[in-house]
Amino acid sequence: MSKPVAILSRTPLHIVVVTIAIIWMLPTVGLLVTSLRPPQDVGDTGWWTIFQTPFKLTLFTLENYEAVFAQQGLGQAFLNSLLITVPATIIPILIASFAAYAFAWMGFPGRDYLFVIVVGLLVVPLQMTFLPILRVFNLLHLSGTFHGIWLAHTGYGLPLAVYLLHNFIAALPRDLLDSAAIDGASVLESFFRIVLPLSVSPIASLVIFQFLWVWNDLLVALIYLGGAPNVAPVTLTVATLVGSRGQDWELLTAAAFVSMALPLAVFFSMQRYFVRGILAGSVKG
Amino acid sequence: MGLRNYLYAFTNDSMIMAFRNNAIWVISFTVSTVSIGLILAVLLDRVSYEQIAKSVIFLPMAISMVGASVIWKFIYAYRPPEVSQIGLLNAVLAFFGGQPVGWLIVKPWNNLCIIIVGVWMWTGFCMVVFSAAYKNIPRELMESARIDGASEWQIFWSVTLPLMRPTIAVVTTTVIVFVLKIFDLVYVMTNGNFDTEVIANRMYKMFQYPDFGKASTLAVILLMLITPMMVINIRRFRRQGDIGL
Repeated sequence: MSKPVAILSRTPLHIVVVTIAIIWMLPTVGLLVTSLRPPQDVGDTGWWTIFQTPFKLTLFTLENYEAVFAQQGLGQAFLNSLLITVPATIIPILIASFAAYAFAWMGFPGRDYLFVIVVGLLVVPLQMTFLPILRVFNLLHLSGTFHGIWLAHTGYGLPLAVYLLHNFIAALPRDLLDSAAIDGASVLESFFRIVLPLSVSPIASLVIFQFLWVWNDLLVALIYLGGAPNVAPVTLTVATLVGSRGQDWELLTAAAFVSMALPLAVFFSMQRYFVRGILAGSVKG
Repeated sequence: MGLRNYLYAFTNDSMIMAFRNNAIWVISFTVSTVSIGLILAVLLDRVSYEQIAKSVIFLPMAISMVGASVIWKFIYAYRPPEVSQIGLLNAVLAFFGGQPVGWLIVKPWNNLCIIIVGVWMWTGFCMVVFSAAYKNIPRELMESARIDGASEWQIFWSVTLPLMRPTIAVVTTTVIVFVLKIFDLVYVMTNGNFDTEVIANRMYKMFQYPDFGKASTLAVILLMLITPMMVINIRRFRRQGDIGL
């Protein structure tokens, strides 16, 4: 087949692929454009009308963002999300990497049983755990606090993190750890000097997965934090806004975009780890 | 007496509605994400801008279901026919002379409208997994079939599909586990009103109500639905020896 014919016969393919890609992008573009339009315009005309005069910059404004930060408490919510997500990412993955190392390379009685129990917890759906944990949290005055939700996310994140990191760490060459032991390295030293540096890539993927999972979570926050604005993350704040200001699309779109900004930044800057993290995390129960 | 909550779960009208909708979710969501993901994996392999197109389709996976709910509620936005439509879908309808539709209110199609949001988010996941598996199929197999005169369609059905069956099984069970617990989309978009209730949202309401006995019953039912899927899934992962990291 000569080149022009080949291109021509592939035209339908290109049309299908490009159309699908555009359809997939349109919703997010609509959100972004709407969040940047003056409230009056948002209520009067569809967001796509800006494409009739794309260079008329007076049609854009940041006032919706000012409004959600100033009046709807989104700044506080964003901060809360960070305060929840950063520890809730670091704590479980730190513990899991210790545990994975111990399960893979240290001999202790009951090791295999313990490992099976931890990994077995992967099959338990979140919903199963709410009631018993909530009872304990209420006794210990942990519900409605950041400590409580860190603890909850640590528990939910651990089985997957232990399982994945164990798979990786157990596959490291035995000689490497043996020779370190012969050179007199302690367990901690060989963990920090050998195992951790070699595990950077799976840990990075896990960090991204756990970070996004916690950042995007609504249900766990609803259950353990309740609706108090001083602790509510962005997801909860936006969900509440949908209920209270359901028709004010300029506010809703701006608020939603604020909640999406960090995940999108992670997506665009670390796409490789991002994809790996999501694939690995998909086994989570 | 101890089974009173279970009796309620299987006889109460709102519960039956939740079970019905979860069944609709499991079937239509799973079939859509898996089949569209598979088709996209095969199609995108043939274009030079594969990576960009994949990023675009995978992107919704990065955002929260709350964010996605806002995005799509806006697309479904309804206004009376006299004023101009600001929701994309109703604007398209109006452009072709149709009457605006309250997409999230019209039963039972509103369920499908919420499911589409889920499909928009999760198709990218299926596509990426399938794409990796597709690229692992030896090219010679397809080439020799092509030389033997097989059409692309025949190659897809008799070479590609059988070889990808294990991957399709893993993705399908993963998607089912996810969708059985579906909560955020329904909670934000309709809160289960207009016959869109699902089990997880029903359970959350029992927490608010509060009726912890019934909530626990629903949790146990979810566990029993999910565990078999998870066991199948983890077994397969173990047999294949890797999980993606």
